[in-house]
Amino acid sequence: MGEASAIELKNITKAFGNKFANKDVCLTVNKGEILSVLGENGSGKTTLMNMISGIYYPDSGQIFIDGEEAVIRSPKDAYKYKIGMIHQHFKLVDVFSAAENIILGLEDEGKFDLKSARAKVSEIGERYGFAIDPDKKVYEMSVSEKQTVEIIRVLYRGADILILDEPTAVLTPQETQKLFDILRHMRDDGKAIIIITHKLHEVLSLSDRVSVLRKGEYVGTVNTVETTENQLTEMMVGKKTELNIHRDLPVNTAPRLVVEDISCINREGATVLRDISFTANSGEILGIAGIAGSGQRELLESIAGLQKLTEGRIVYNDPKSGEQEDLRDKTPVEIRDMGVRLSFVPEDRLGMGLVGNMDIVDNMMLRSYRRGKSMFVRRKEPKDLAEDIIHRLKVVTPDASTPVRRLSGGNIQKILVGREIASSPKVLMAAYPVRGLDINASYTIYNLLNEQKKNGVAVIYVGEDLDVLLELCDRIMVLSGGSVSGIVDARTATKEQIGLLMTKSREVKNGEAK
Amino acid sequence: MFATIISKAVEQGIPLLFGSTGEILTEKSGNLNLGIPGIMYMGGSAGIIGAYLYERAVQVPHPALCILIPLFASLAGSALLALIYSFLTITLRANQNVTGLALTTFGVGFGDFFGGSLTKIFGDGGNLSVKTSSDYFKTPLPFADDLGALGKMLFSYGFLAYLAVIIALAAAFFLKRTRAGLHLRAVGENPATADAAGINVTKYKYLATCIGGAIAGLGGLYFIMDYTGGSWTNGGFGDRGWLAIALVIFALWKPNVGILGSFIFGGLYIAYSYISGLSRSSIAIFNMLPYLVTILVLVLTSVRRKKETQPPESLGLAYFREER
Repeated sequence: MGEASAIELKNITKAFGNKFANKDVCLTVNKGEILSVLGENGSGKTTLMNMISGIYYPDSGQIFIDGEEAVIRSPKDAYKYKIGMIHQHFKLVDVFSAAENIILGLEDEGKFDLKSARAKVSEIGERYGFAIDPDKKVYEMSVSEKQTVEIIRVLYRGADILILDEPTAVLTPQETQKLFDILRHMRDDGKAIIIITHKLHEVLSLSDRVSVLRKGEYVGTVNTVETTENQLTEMMVGKKTELNIHRDLPVNTAPRLVVEDISCINREGATVLRDISFTANSGEILGIAGIAGSGQRELLESIAGLQKLTEGRIVYNDPKSGEQEDLRDKTPVEIRDMGVRLSFVPEDRLGMGLVGNMDIVDNMMLRSYRRGKSMFVRRKEPKDLAEDIIHRLKVVTPDASTPVRRLSGGNIQKILVGREIASSPKVLMAAYPVRGLDINASYTIYNLLNEQKKNGVAVIYVGEDLDVLLELCDRIMVLSGGSVSGIVDARTATKEQIGLLMTKSREVKNGEAK
Repeated sequence: MFATIISKAVEQGIPLLFGSTGEILTEKSGNLNLGIPGIMYMGGSAGIIGAYLYERAVQVPHPALCILIPLFASLAGSALLALIYSFLTITLRANQNVTGLALTTFGVGFGDFFGGSLTKIFGDGGNLSVKTSSDYFKTPLPFADDLGALGKMLFSYGFLAYLAVIIALAAAFFLKRTRAGLHLRAVGENPATADAAGINVTKYKYLATCIGGAIAGLGGLYFIMDYTGGSWTNGGFGDRGWLAIALVIFALWKPNVGILGSFIFGGLYIAYSYISGLSRSSIAIFNMLPYLVTILVLVLTSVRRKKETQPPESLGLAYFREER
């Protein structure tokens, strides 16, 4: 591959148990180049990168650095070959300062010298254009600051090959742009950069070449300028996939859930929701956008009866009787007993939604166990329901008595959403329902939500991918620091507009803290 | 009177100080070693066994050997137990709590069995007692008597007491100021991060646990050779091992705070003897005081939730790099 290749992988294979995570993967990255590694969840992208950075060791295959074969048995070896990885889940010690995290693991310098470390950190920052306070504790940092620390750490060690695992998953569009500028800067500086992602538009705007993995196998590499979104999707999924989400205009909308000025203080005493007001209409999908931890979770939990409010009202308009009910400070059981048909697909599937060690039938029963009259369990109805969901949503499972934990993320989510829809709700709340799902499974979920919308359900969808939010929802409410920073029409809004709303009033909040 | 109370509190506190310093080092690596009471027991019993065998073997015991032999026996015994704990929890990834509790049971049983029956095994009869060696351990600093009350408060203890303070200070310095200390803390907070940064997690965990165990064992040695004057009583060590673990929480995982804490605990432990007219059951209430204070500290730090005063984040969890 010529003399400019920084790293070359040949026939890398890695299996966990009897399942192949990577099979005969070949990859080349040149100096001064950005390579995207594209693939769906579970296609082995992260495993492959972990083998380059020494977390895993390949079962077979070779890695060449600068044309010479390299054996990378541990992260330390990886540093020796000037490979640095920025992990998706940041590998930082929370109670340490930025500088302490950056020098962590370095032994060669002998003396424990934070002062010179600080100087070097600022120097790297100036060179590539980011600013960081070396004495700030990690737990006080925003997500993007943490990422900056990770990047400085690998640069501090003189890395020439940088691997970024889904670096934009948690960033706002503006932060993403800034990161991309820095990466381009590094590329021009002669570094080899590998970026793992499943966002197609990022691939197209940033990288020079794209390598695609599918189910652990290497599909191929294309030059970015010569490819299209559709071609890449086809390579990723293995067949042509329609990438458009069907969106009807809402019909017969009526206010179903009216939230008035609610505020909420969490157990640590911090205000997590501040004067939130909005209306969720029937026959409409209301999207909720925001940086992770802006109050999305607490908002949904408040409506579901899992959070105590300090102020405000949550009014439910019963479509049949026309009565109004206040859901504030009611428990989930009380809400159900009032005849309010509310379904909640929580963000933490196996923590709050389903019991991993129980089978599909038992998990169906969790929702309806109070309906039983006798002290013995009747498994007939839930079993029928389970069979129905498996059939209708094409859940891949040996049978209905398989523990949920053993299914893949997409199938677990189908069961959870299927169960919640089965109770024919009037309000359906879904928090990050496609997180960790592949493209096909994601579209199945979008279609299910659309179906509910058509049935006149008020759907509330909390999402992280702004492109999807803009395509799927009718209106989008943006949360920032626990307050509503704006509600926009999803048909006319732009990503930049939402991105700005996501960070709005954040500066004000930081000012308060100091 | 005041000087007496202080010196008594210090004498009570020294075993706890050894124990908590050792446990802090261990916990900073992410290992919650509940085997510490057993390890301290082992440190004491191994020490006295060593001293007994030596005193028995020679006519005129050499002063230096009288100190060195029990010292090394104690270090070896407690480090061995800590090594078993390390092997089970780090290499085999067994549950830390279960392993620790099993070791406590084993250490106490071992001590009581050999401590109680060693003299019979050798056919000497009588209680296990090593008065000669103990006297060397108890030797105070030479100028203690010349300085009156101040001398009594500061210089009247055997060398192990000073060693306890020195080790605690050294451990505090090590954790806060050295590169290896930073690495150790990273291992206990977030082993995956430490690993990715190129730190040998297994090595740090093994070393911290074994060295921590050896330090804790010295607490048992001090108790036997200095505090009780070299004579063994089954169960005499009491609940001091658990108190040492409580002290770790009280000291907020800082060995230097542990020094002060150990003397406070020691004072609370003997407070009953300075209050007249207490019945047996009200003495028990006083013995409870250190635990009560610990609970208070736990409540306060849990309410305040300051990140720096929380236990190491991955405390009690096994680490396996290729876990998915």
